Amino acid sequence: MDYFDIFIGILGSAVRLSIPLLFTALAGLFSERAGIFDIGLEGKMLVSAFASACAAYWTGNAWLGLAAGILVAIAFSFIHGFASITNRGNQIVSGVALNFVAAGLTIVLGQAWFGQGGRTAQVPGSGRFAPIILPGTDAIRDVPILGPLYANVISGNNILTYIAFLMVPISWWVLYRTRFGLRLRAVGENPGAVDTAGISVSWLRYRALIVTGFLAGFAGTYLAIAQSAAFINNMSAGKGYIALAALIFAKWKPVPVMLACLLFGFLDAFANFMQGKSLPLIGEVPVQIFQALPYILTCVLLAGFIGIARPPKAGGVPYTKER
Amino acid sequence: MSLDLPKEIEPAIELVGIDKKFGAVHANKNINLTVAKGSIHGVIGENGAGKSTLMSILYGFYHADQGEIRISGKPIVIRDSQAAIAAGIGMVHQHFMLVENFTVLENVMLGAEGGQLLRKGVASARKELKRLEDDYGLEVDPDAVVEELPVGSQQRVEILKALYRGAEILILDEPTGVLTPAEADHLFKVLRVLRDQGKTIILITHKLREIMAITDTVSVMRRGEMVATRKTSETTVEELAELMVGRRVLLHVEKGDANPGRVLLSVRNLTVRDARGVTMVDDVSFDVRAGEIVGIAGVAGNGQSELLEAIAGIRKPYSGEIFIDGKPVAGIDPAGLRDLGLAHIPEDRHHMGLVLKFEEYENSILGYHRDQRYGRGVMLDLDAMRKDAEEKIAKYDIRPPNPRLKTANFSGGNQQKIVVAREIERDPNVLIIGQPTRGVDIGAIEFIHKRIIDMRDAGKAVLLVSVELDEIRSLSDRILVMFAGKVVGEKTGDAGEQTLGLMMAGIAA
Ligand SMILES: Nc1ncnc2c1ncn2[C@@H]1O[C@H](COP(=O)(O)OP(=O)(O)O)[C@@H](O)[C@H]1O
Ligand SMILES: [Mg+2]
Repeated sequence: MDYFDIFIGILGSAVRLSIPLLFTALAGLFSERAGIFDIGLEGKMLVSAFASACAAYWTGNAWLGLAAGILVAIAFSFIHGFASITNRGNQIVSGVALNFVAAGLTIVLGQAWFGQGGRTAQVPGSGRFAPIILPGTDAIRDVPILGPLYANVISGNNILTYIAFLMVPISWWVLYRTRFGLRLRAVGENPGAVDTAGISVSWLRYRALIVTGFLAGFAGTYLAIAQSAAFINNMSAGKGYIALAALIFAKWKPVPVMLACLLFGFLDAFANFMQGKSLPLIGEVPVQIFQALPYILTCVLLAGFIGIARPPKAGGVPYTKER
Repeated sequence: MSLDLPKEIEPAIELVGIDKKFGAVHANKNINLTVAKGSIHGVIGENGAGKSTLMSILYGFYHADQGEIRISGKPIVIRDSQAAIAAGIGMVHQHFMLVENFTVLENVMLGAEGGQLLRKGVASARKELKRLEDDYGLEVDPDAVVEELPVGSQQRVEILKALYRGAEILILDEPTGVLTPAEADHLFKVLRVLRDQGKTIILITHKLREIMAITDTVSVMRRGEMVATRKTSETTVEELAELMVGRRVLLHVEKGDANPGRVLLSVRNLTVRDARGVTMVDDVSFDVRAGEIVGIAGVAGNGQSELLEAIAGIRKPYSGEIFIDGKPVAGIDPAGLRDLGLAHIPEDRHHMGLVLKFEEYENSILGYHRDQRYGRGVMLDLDAMRKDAEEKIAKYDIRPPNPRLKTANFSGGNQQKIVVAREIERDPNVLIIGQPTRGVDIGAIEFIHKRIIDMRDAGKAVLLVSVELDEIRSLSDRILVMFAGKVVGEKTGDAGEQTLGLMMAGIAA
C-alpha cells in the first residue's frame, strides 16, 4: 500500500467519525446561540442511539429508528428546557444530570428488554442505513487521485452522512436568513432586547431546544444503526463533549463547525491508524495524545491564541426580570 | 373627567392606581398619572423613586400588582411588550435593549421582521429607516454594528426601533444620562419635532434643567409615590427641587464642635469612568481631616457612588490620586487599604456589605477573616469568631442576639448594624460611609448616627455620602455638593436646605 492509499483510507474514516460530531455540534449550535448551554448533548446522543436501535430492531425500518431517536432526544430537550428555562435552574447542572439519567436509563432498559448486559439485539439489515454507492464510482475509479477519493471518501457513505453535510448550509440559512434565526441569535445575546420587542423569550428558547433535540437525534441514530448495528453501552463515549469543543473551536458558526468536526474526526481516524505503529526516531506514540488533541486545541483557542472566541453573551444565564 | 376639557389636553395615557412591589420593595404606590396627547410630559424623581418601574409597567415589561391603564380613554390590559407595541407605545430603556453584535438594521427589525424570511423585510426596513432619518434627523448607518457606535447613536437606534413599530407614545427613560450636552440638544430637537407631529412623549430624568427646557407638564415622584403634577410654565426649579427631595423630619443629633486635626484622607483631581467610558467623577479634589465629618450631598447618580468605590479600592480611578495619611493609595486593593486603616461601610449592604446566606457571625468578620484573632494558618477559629460576634451583638444591640442566625433573617436595620459594627470595631483611622441608614428604622438610625459621631470625636476622619439631605446636614461638619460628577460647592454643616437643594440640582454653586 502506498502512502496515498493510506491517506485516502484515513480520510474516509475521518469523514465517518466526524458525522456524529457534526450533528451534535450543530445541535449545540442552536441551543447555545439561543443562550442555553447544553452539556447534555452527550446524553441526548446516547438515549437517541438507544431509542433508534430499539425501534429499528422492532420494526425493521431504519427511518422509524431515526424517528424514535429524534423524538427521544427532543423529549430530553424539553426536560432540559423545563429545568433551565421555565424554572430558571442552572443549565450545567441540568445538563450533567441528564447525562447521568441517559447513561443509567439505557443500561437498565437495555438489560430489561434484551438481557445482553446493556446491549440491544442486533438490528437486521433493513433496519440500518446502508452505504450508498454513488453513480459513476466504477467509471472513474481508475482516474488517478480523483478516482480513489471519489470512490472511498465521497461515495460509499450512508444517507445520514449526506444529510449531515446538508445540515450545514441549512443551519446557516436558518440562522442568518430567517426570522427565527434572527430572533434566536438575539435571544442568546440579549434576551431583554427580545422581550421588549414583544417576543416571548421562553418559547423562543424552547423552539431552539427542539431543533437541538432534532439534530442530536440524528447523531445518536447514526451511531447505533448507521455506523454499527446495535446499541452498545455508553456508545457515545464522550463524543458529545468533543462536539461541544468543536462548537467552541468553531466560534459558534455553522461552516467552521463543519471544519472543526472534520478536523477532530481526522485526528480520531489518525489515532486509530497509529495504534500499535511506531514512527521513525520517535517510536510508538501513545494514541491518547491524539484523543486529547481536540481538547488541547480548544484550550489553546480559548486562551486566545487563535483569535477571540466570543460566546453568546447571555449564554448560561437564566432570564429573570425581577431581582 | 369634566366635559369642558380643552381639546389639546385629551389624555393619551391614564394610569390609575398602579401599585407594584418587588419582594419587600414597594416600588410604586398607588400611582395616578394622566398624560395629554401631543405633549412632552416629564417625570422626575431621585434614583430609586420608581420611575423606571412605572414606565416598564406601561410598556408591559413588568406587571402591576394593581391598577388600570387607559390608552386614549380606553382601558387596556398590557400583558407583554407586544401588547404595548400594538397599543402604539414605544420605550427607550435606561439600559439600552440592543443586541450589540447585530447591525442597526437587524436591531430595528427584531420583532418586526415582516415575514418568515428576512430578505423582503430588509429592503422595506432600509427604506423606512431612510424616511425616518429624513423626517426627524435621526441619522445612523443602517449597516453599522451597534457595539461600534457611540452611545448617542445607540440611543438613536432605540428611538428608531420605537418609531419603526409605529409608536405614537414614546417613553424615554433617563435618555440624557449617557449623552454629551451637544447630543442632548440634538435629542431635544428630535423630541420637539416628534411632538409637533402629534406624538406623545414621556421624558424621565432627574435633571431639572432638562425638565424646564423641554417639557409641557411635569410630574414628580418620590419614594414610590407620585407627589405632584405641574404645568412646566407654572412651576419653578426651586419648587421642583423641593418636591423631589422632599422635606424630611429633621433628626436631632447631639454633637459638639469639631476639632479638625491633620489631613487623613486626601483626594486630588480624581476622575472615574464607568464601564461605558462615561465620566462619573470629574476632577474631584478634597481633604478630610482627623476629627471631622465631611458629608457629600447630591441627588443620587451624580457620581457619589463611584467616588466612594474609588476611594474604597473597588473601582480603578481613571486619573488622579488618593492619599491616606499622606501615602498614595490609588490602585491598592480593598484588603490592602484595610491594612492602611481605611474602613468602608458600602452603600448597598445586600450586594456589597453582607453575604445574606451566611450566618451572622460569619458576616461580622467578613473581610477581616485573615486576622490572627480569627484563626491560624488556613483554619478559622470558629469559637473566637462567635465570641467576637457576640460581643458586637451586645455592644450594638443587634437583634435577635443570635450569631448563628442566617443574616437574611435580620431586619434591615439590624443588618446595617452588623456592617457598622464590623467596620467601626476595627478602629480605623479613616471611615468612609455610603447611605448609612437607607432602609433602616428610626431607632437604628439614631444609634448609627451616634456611632459615627463617636468616631469623629475619637479623632478619626469620616467621609459620609448620603442622599438624605437631613442626614448630611445633621452629621456633617463640612458639606460638599456633587452634581454631574463634579464638586460644585462647599458649605458648612449648618447650610440651609434650600441652598443645598439648589446646588444639588445644579442651579447654584
Ligand atoms: N427588577 C427589579 N427587581 C427588584 N427590585 C427592583 C427592580 N427594579 C427596580 N427595583 C427596585 O424598585 C425601586 C424603584 O426602582 P426604579 O423604578 O428603577 O427607580 P428609578 O427609575 O426612579 O430610579 C428601587 O428600590 C429598586 O431597587
Ligand atoms: Mg430608572
